[in-house]
Amino acid sequence: MAKTLSLAAMTLALTTSAAFAAGHCAADKTLTEGKLTIATGNPAYYPWVLDDAPESGEGFEAAVAYAVAGEMGFAAEDVVWVRSSFDEAIQPGAKNFDVNIQQYSISAARDEIVDFSMPYYTAPMAVLVSPNATDTEPTLDALRDLKWGAMGSTTAVPKLANVIQPTSDPLLYGDNADVNAAMSANQIDAALFDLPTALFLSAVMIEGSKVIGQFAPDASDNPDQFGMLMEEGNPLKSCVDDALVALTESGELAAIEATWLQDTTGVPLIDF
Amino acid sequence: MTRRARYEAQQRKRSLMIAATSTLAVVACIVIFVPMTPGWEKVQRSFFNGAVLADTFPKLLDAFKINLMIFSWSAPAIAILGLLIALARDAKSPALFPLRIFGATFTDVFRGVPVILTVYLIGFGIPGLGLPRPWNSPYIWGSLALILTYSAYVAEIFRSGIDSVHQSQRSAALSLGLSERQVMRDVVLPQAIRNVVPSQMNMLIALQKDVSLLSFIGPVEIFRQAGVFKSLTANFTPYVGAAIIFLIVTIPATRYADYLMAKQMRDRS
Repeated sequence: MAKTLSLAAMTLALTTSAAFAAGHCAADKTLTEGKLTIATGNPAYYPWVLDDAPESGEGFEAAVAYAVAGEMGFAAEDVVWVRSSFDEAIQPGAKNFDVNIQQYSISAARDEIVDFSMPYYTAPMAVLVSPNATDTEPTLDALRDLKWGAMGSTTAVPKLANVIQPTSDPLLYGDNADVNAAMSANQIDAALFDLPTALFLSAVMIEGSKVIGQFAPDASDNPDQFGMLMEEGNPLKSCVDDALVALTESGELAAIEATWLQDTTGVPLIDF
Repeated sequence: MTRRARYEAQQRKRSLMIAATSTLAVVACIVIFVPMTPGWEKVQRSFFNGAVLADTFPKLLDAFKINLMIFSWSAPAIAILGLLIALARDAKSPALFPLRIFGATFTDVFRGVPVILTVYLIGFGIPGLGLPRPWNSPYIWGSLALILTYSAYVAEIFRSGIDSVHQSQRSAALSLGLSERQVMRDVVLPQAIRNVVPSQMNMLIALQKDVSLLSFIGPVEIFRQAGVFKSLTANFTPYVGAAIIFLIVTIPATRYADYLMAKQMRDRS
């Protein structure tokens, strides 16, 4: 599937490369003319990028990135990958990437400092519980009494505080690996992640842990929508948005989602 | 007023004027030229955002209580353990040689390893052995990591203090019939500790900042809280807010340490 996708992107790129020179949307708007520089996390995690190798186009965000690049008229070999932390992405001043794709939730506050593309994925939040709390009922009352953890840099933190309102103060960590360590050390019972990340952690990283429920993405007033991050006022935004609209309308985005994030169904919803 | 006094007063006035003018010039340069740089507006919005600061500052102050709490139990533990390690290294009796080896190894290891590694190793490692709650709390083990690391430094400072008391004093005390133990307790330590108070003040200031390293293993103290706000607002202003809170505490402490240091210099000379 990934092969055919990148093949499709390449043929698309070949047919449009002539048009590119003649005033394509992205002309003169990228860091390096004719190249699209895309940043992702360091490391980039499954299922967003497989094996920390976005160049392969495998994994949901890697595939979306190549599809968007193709739609914008870039051949697969014209996509340049760089790595960036969250802090590098939001620092004022020139960036070393055209677009940055690493599960950035779009929010009004963040939008004042940087620009976001249209959303390419709507991520429900899900509850991952440690091996000795797997029989917890997926209800808010039962969840409230657990000892909670989360990654401090994600929108899971306000979600925890506003929706779950745990009885004891949650512990916060710098990255997924530290949340794992805390769960393995039995310091926390449960952690809040976006659903694909939660499923990955339970399947691969923390033996015996379980995803016991998800919050319906449309249930909260502020659904977690992932967008590509760009420097504030980047003229490329309209091109990226056009490409995402085209991919959504053609059903290609849904197809990519089905390929890489198909397991996300079947997790019970949490009532509240 | 003599001619000389008049001349000196004039000189003082002149150097005061020069100091004031040069200081004003530097401040003016910063105030005028920095905002003229092309990126200033963006930097201001990202680092010195009034609205974000007003929004987050009270919650940062709240989170700072966690820092104070961890500090309040770590500092006395460090003082005690540090002193014990220093005494262990100073043990004179041949039978206590293992104690000296222990003291030396302890200071070598904990001074040599980065604090953050010790925090991770002890904060996640020991609870990972299967301790039941609440004994696996990151507060306990994270604090222990800080205590071990800082005791190593503090022990070395105490040791230098002990060494600074001249050997003749020990000999004199021994000749008066005091035991080794009494010499250490009543003659050497009172002077040694007084001599190193300024240096130990610096350790206190450093510790009060390093308490933030516990945020890596879970506790939501001021640095983590600022990081959460930074992520949610994509704005670094909360870090500046945290820095202000740190400065409110550390500047008086630093001034006090300087004062003690200067006083000690005066007393010695």
